[in-house]
Amino acid sequence: MAYLRAFGAYLPSRVVDNREMAAATGADPQYILRASGIEERRFAAPDESVASMGIRAARNCLENAGLAAGDVGLLLASTSSAEYRFPGPASAIGAGLGIQGVPAIDLPIASAGSLFGMALAAHLAPAYGHVLVIGSEVMSRVVKLHPAHRDTAILFGDGAGACLVSAATGFALIRDAVLASDGDFASSLRLDLNAPLSMDGRTVIMQAARKIPRAIAELLERNQVAPAAVGAFLMHQANLNLITRVAHAIAVPEDRFFLNIHRYGNTSSASLLIAAAEWCEQHPSPPCGPLVFAAFGAGLHWGALLATVQPPISR
Amino acid sequence: MNKQARITEIVEKLSGKPLAIGPDDSLFESGVLDSFALTDMVGALEREFSIRIPDADLTPRKFDSIARIEAYIESRA
Repeated sequence: MAYLRAFGAYLPSRVVDNREMAAATGADPQYILRASGIEERRFAAPDESVASMGIRAARNCLENAGLAAGDVGLLLASTSSAEYRFPGPASAIGAGLGIQGVPAIDLPIASAGSLFGMALAAHLAPAYGHVLVIGSEVMSRVVKLHPAHRDTAILFGDGAGACLVSAATGFALIRDAVLASDGDFASSLRLDLNAPLSMDGRTVIMQAARKIPRAIAELLERNQVAPAAVGAFLMHQANLNLITRVAHAIAVPEDRFFLNIHRYGNTSSASLLIAAAEWCEQHPSPPCGPLVFAAFGAGLHWGALLATVQPPISR
Repeated sequence: MNKQARITEIVEKLSGKPLAIGPDDSLFESGVLDSFALTDMVGALEREFSIRIPDADLTPRKFDSIARIEAYIESRA
């Protein structure tokens, strides 16, 4: 068994609102809001990196868990905006936390990497104890703020999130996960060498709007959980219109889906963990019952994870 | 009602206005449908024509115009 022990987040301080984005890309601020639900996003400072932000999110998560970095037995770090082809940021994050020697594995899975990390951590926690999952992204450096790339550039922001999955205790028991991949659409969302992020938005949306609800439905059905019984849906914050459609597809009120995309935009693999961290902060004593996490990203990779919030006495 | 008329009716319902472009014109480039309306249209086409559109066919190219949609529906018959 494995449990969600805590979440954490770090957001860089620089706020880029839609007016500033409009000036850089030529996109109308109202169009940005209408097309995505995004009002503003954060951009990393020049001296911040995927690793440095991941370290800050990890420290916040460990503090929320009441644990020290030395308690971590395994680190999984997801990013799609790493500064180097190799090494990925996982080992640098481990070193920054002072846990050299602890295995640190990179998951270069845009947007869905944190979800895959959480699902893998649930299986690995019995062997490694406390597994730290991190998603950290500096998307502002992989998009091009130019009118020719505005449809993509307007969507993304920077940030980092973290999750501690533990074998012994936690506030929610991880019950199951559905993970899937489909390479037929690998070219529809990609980051080529020496080129800005490329996204065929229509194809990605068509695929996501079909695959996310199906993964959630499969997960809930095989665990005999009714969608209406789920207390909160914590999803990758890709686009408000997509999240709304997922809610409609599974016949759940939209307000069950936690939202912070209006403040941070799409922070790729960090977004799910940032959303979870903020949800936990807003619900320090969450009611017992099911929680669903879901994500979709490049690859294509997508999935959903089911956890059940435990009674306080067993947390 | 023929297929093209049924498809047009779905598009008009989603866009909220009468279709003012030709059957070969792009529904996206003309601004009739956006990416999210496209996902709704796929569901409406499945219900209207009692077909199942597989994930592999979920590309905008197949649904870019009334004529292309009609050709696709014919291919699924």
